[in-house]
Amino acid sequence: MKKVYKDARSALEGALFDGMTIAAGGFGLCGIPELLIAAIRDAATKNLTIASNNAGVDGFGLGQLLATRQVKKMISSYVGENAEFMRQYLSGELELEFNPQGTLAERMRAGGAGIPGFYTATGVGTVIAEGKDHKQFNGRTYILETGIVADLSIVKAWKADPSGNLVFRKTARNFNAPAATCGRICVAEVEEIVPLGSLDPDKIHLPGIYVHRIIEGTHEKRIENRTTRKKETV
Amino acid sequence: MPWDRDQMAARAAQELQDGWYVNLGIGIPTLVANYIPHGVEVTLQSENGMLGMGPFPFEGEEDPDLINAGKQTITELPQTAYFDSAQSFAMIRGGKIAMAILGGMEVSETGDLANWMIPGKLVKGMGGAMDLVAGVGRVVVVMDHTSKHGESKVLKECTLPLTGKGVVNRIITNLGVLDVVPGGLKIVETADGVTEADLRAATEATIVD
Repeated sequence: MKKVYKDARSALEGALFDGMTIAAGGFGLCGIPELLIAAIRDAATKNLTIASNNAGVDGFGLGQLLATRQVKKMISSYVGENAEFMRQYLSGELELEFNPQGTLAERMRAGGAGIPGFYTATGVGTVIAEGKDHKQFNGRTYILETGIVADLSIVKAWKADPSGNLVFRKTARNFNAPAATCGRICVAEVEEIVPLGSLDPDKIHLPGIYVHRIIEGTHEKRIENRTTRKKETV
Repeated sequence: MPWDRDQMAARAAQELQDGWYVNLGIGIPTLVANYIPHGVEVTLQSENGMLGMGPFPFEGEEDPDLINAGKQTITELPQTAYFDSAQSFAMIRGGKIAMAILGGMEVSETGDLANWMIPGKLVKGMGGAMDLVAGVGRVVVVMDHTSKHGESKVLKECTLPLTGKGVVNRIITNLGVLDVVPGGLKIVETADGVTEADLRAATEATIVD
């Protein structure tokens, strides 16, 4: 069992095909698998369906796969930061399935946990509920949402050990954990692969059973919205 | 004088109670954090995976791995906890968050909220708003009472796609505060210098006494 690959391209070998579904981690540009996204762009895999909370920005993150027209459909909760996305969507070139953020996260978690569907009150009475099964529990209406099982998951973590155990950092954990679990193959890119035994088993965020391939690399980690305050001069 | 953005945020902050876990939306709701009353301790949840959201970092101390749901760089506090998005919405859907303060485009007299989409114009997405209004204990909407063209945003029925149906408890606008009650909206208070007649004139929704 060898999970460590030398780079993103080799880690994706045999895992990409036209028309596939990919689940991607990240929130905005925070904790996105930027190296794997770039490698998918270079592999020119077409007609992708991508489940990801956001669609990157123009020229970075998943925005790169939009620029090259590799994406057929996005399953996302918020796509407001990407002009090219908007253009392709409004002109009918790109399909978009809006999912409420928590529904999207739970669809990934459920898919990875062997749960094909679940009922949620989120979206009842809105366009999201149209065509979905409605059911009452204890007097409240819920709608049926389905688990997502993706052909491939691409995620970013802070550290991994060679067995695939992952540790995330701060809010860069976000969708990476649920996305990792819902892929038939999960490839994780990390900032550092540490020796076996150096991660505290009590502090592992995602057990290596979910992670099939790992690469280490340098990340740009672009900040989308830099906000600061002045140091108070007391 | 109607309230300005900061006065609306300050009024919304009066809704907070000691010990609550609260989620603040993007825009004016974010400003509420600046007006948390003295002696009231609230823990702010950021739905991208954090409880205990701190203020913006000092210049040069920004961390790309530490942002809020508006993708702004922020800081952590001694009580901060991080978690993944599924866990984050489990606590939202599970009713653990006492209150959400959100922005709005339209609110109806039955507490319907529209705040995520203008068909053909603005297609950004609902983010976590639909989950929040369905899951939290209390929903307070903070928004301008009328559009730039003077049309009421407090309506009998929303015209825009809904974020949630019958989910709003209280509306805080630049003109005052209204509660969603059986039969319509009830005026709780008016902004300084705004009369009840002004507020009624700017409201399309049914106002009940």
